[in-house]
Amino acid sequence: MNEYTITVDNLTKRFGDFTAVDRISFRVKQGEVYGWLGPNGAGKTTTIRLLLGLLKITSGSARVLGYDPSTETKTMQAHVGYMSQLFTLYNDLTARENIRFYGQAYGLSREALKQRQAEIIEMAGLVGRENTLTSNLSGGWKQRLALGCAIVHKPKVVFLDEPTAGVDPISRRDFWGLIYAMAKKGVTVLVTTHYMDEAELCQRVGFLSQGRLVALDTPGQLKETQMRGQVLEINTLDPERAMRMLKSAQASGRLPFDEVAFYGAQIHAVVPDAEAFKQPIRALLESEGVQVHSIEWIAPTLEDVFISAVK
Amino acid sequence: MSDEVTIFTQDLVKQFKTRRGAVTAVDGVTLQVRRGETYGLIGPDGAGKTTTTRVILGLLKRTAGESRILGYDSMRDTYDIRERVGYIAQQFALPGDLTVMENMRFFANVQGVSREEQQKRIPELLEFAGLSEFTNRLGDQLSGGMKKKLALACSLVHEPQVVMLDEPTLGVDPVSRREFWNMLGDLRTEKGTTIFVCTPYMDEAERCNWIGLMYQGQLVAHDSPETIKRMAAPGRLLEFTPSNFVPAWRTVEEMDGVLEVQTYGAMLHVFVDNVERRQREIETALSAQGITCTRMREIEPRMEEAFISLIRRQREQNHGSPEKKVILEL
Repeated sequence: MNEYTITVDNLTKRFGDFTAVDRISFRVKQGEVYGWLGPNGAGKTTTIRLLLGLLKITSGSARVLGYDPSTETKTMQAHVGYMSQLFTLYNDLTARENIRFYGQAYGLSREALKQRQAEIIEMAGLVGRENTLTSNLSGGWKQRLALGCAIVHKPKVVFLDEPTAGVDPISRRDFWGLIYAMAKKGVTVLVTTHYMDEAELCQRVGFLSQGRLVALDTPGQLKETQMRGQVLEINTLDPERAMRMLKSAQASGRLPFDEVAFYGAQIHAVVPDAEAFKQPIRALLESEGVQVHSIEWIAPTLEDVFISAVK
Repeated sequence: MSDEVTIFTQDLVKQFKTRRGAVTAVDGVTLQVRRGETYGLIGPDGAGKTTTTRVILGLLKRTAGESRILGYDSMRDTYDIRERVGYIAQQFALPGDLTVMENMRFFANVQGVSREEQQKRIPELLEFAGLSEFTNRLGDQLSGGMKKKLALACSLVHEPQVVMLDEPTLGVDPVSRREFWNMLGDLRTEKGTTIFVCTPYMDEAERCNWIGLMYQGQLVAHDSPETIKRMAAPGRLLEFTPSNFVPAWRTVEEMDGVLEVQTYGAMLHVFVDNVERRQREIETALSAQGITCTRMREIEPRMEEAFISLIRRQREQNHGSPEKKVILEL
């Protein structure tokens, strides 16, 4: 299983003066779930389009399953699945008709399609809803149907571009169950997302910012290596007042926080040195009578790490 | 934050008539939001969050029950509500052919803000939204995150005491999302504004100081995030990666002391009654089947685990039987 299915070296894409993808290099193993996290405009979708052979590479190289996306596009596409953020489904077709449409587009035989259709209906939990118009399906079902359509031809590599935008947590968990079921069978999955909780679910995560791959590792390693600063959780009796005091200490430079923000009734402060900041924070708050319950050094979330890495 | 109630509903019901009969979108919701609170209404798609919000605002007619904001009745006092409440609808789109400044003026005029007030407030709000340098940029040319910030600034132009935001960060990238929530934090600190947010994102729910969890039109939990996490978690939580996922899942689910199993990517999240004892038992039972577990450890349940657990129990109550598991084979 150590074979690389995606190999990218110094991949670059320029549109006029604008560099959308800037010398990106990475490799993805067969059966790996590889995630990309980045703000809008970081180059996530452009890279996927390059790998799909939909855009011309400016410089560098890319191989998907050994094929060159720019010259062997047709052969490669027969083994690659793609689900876009817009769930490209036909709303005026039923669930079954959508699967059939995609199956025919990929040139599946009648029998193969019949069998695949049943498998996908089962997989997407659409049994009993086969003949429902797609426009009447809720977000989670639509999403699973869109995935089903993207893999109707049993691809070996699947690109998922922000597949879970606007889908609730339970449907999201089910969807990730599907992703890992595919990976288990040796399918390589490259998924882009805005959501940290989703990135946590990937085996490896790349941070993209302004066209560059700024970090690439397991979620656990990223938390250890990419976070500048440490996070303190501050519990007080009067969080609003505490926040006003901390903000003004930040502004005056007395307590140089990288960030200070509410998390419900708590306040999270990102500081250069957690142990060294505990006492001055407590002293400041208590000096004006704000009662402090606790100040604890907590583990950063992947979101904290991401913000820190791309800032 | 004070004990004064700014948003209030009692047994609120909203039904829609359809060709196939009446559909109850909001089914007896009783909730209270205190002044200065950041209140999160969370729940899956179709739970009734948007309908509840629109009924409270007086944009939809309620079928039964009571709803008030700042003491004003949603149906009778719509004008008073409009004057004192800001709102960003879910699919809200700013006029893209107006500049940032023109958008601000447009909303200020609609809200009847005087010229002098506008001259004072608009620059402040643009500064607050980090848009001071973009006053002449057309709405259409703003990034997704900037559009949301501008929408928030526009909704604040009449200095409302309450803002109601329906999934305000949908499709917004992490950096802008963080900035948007920091703006809400500033609003809470500086102005004591009551903030009511509908969201399907559990990490955003953790940023609220009170939460209403909606499911199928009903409010199934209503408390602080800490209490909900404590209440909802059926026990302590073990996390690990089994070498063989589906058989491990099936085995663990049948074991004594295992209260609930959730999947988390390639990992299993297992709620147990006793961590020390069950951790050993799980490892033994799985290793007997040749399955190894890596990185087994206890973790704190987050809002997401609590939410999934609560909704599952609710589904079992409603349907009388455990929900059918999708075990996924492709």
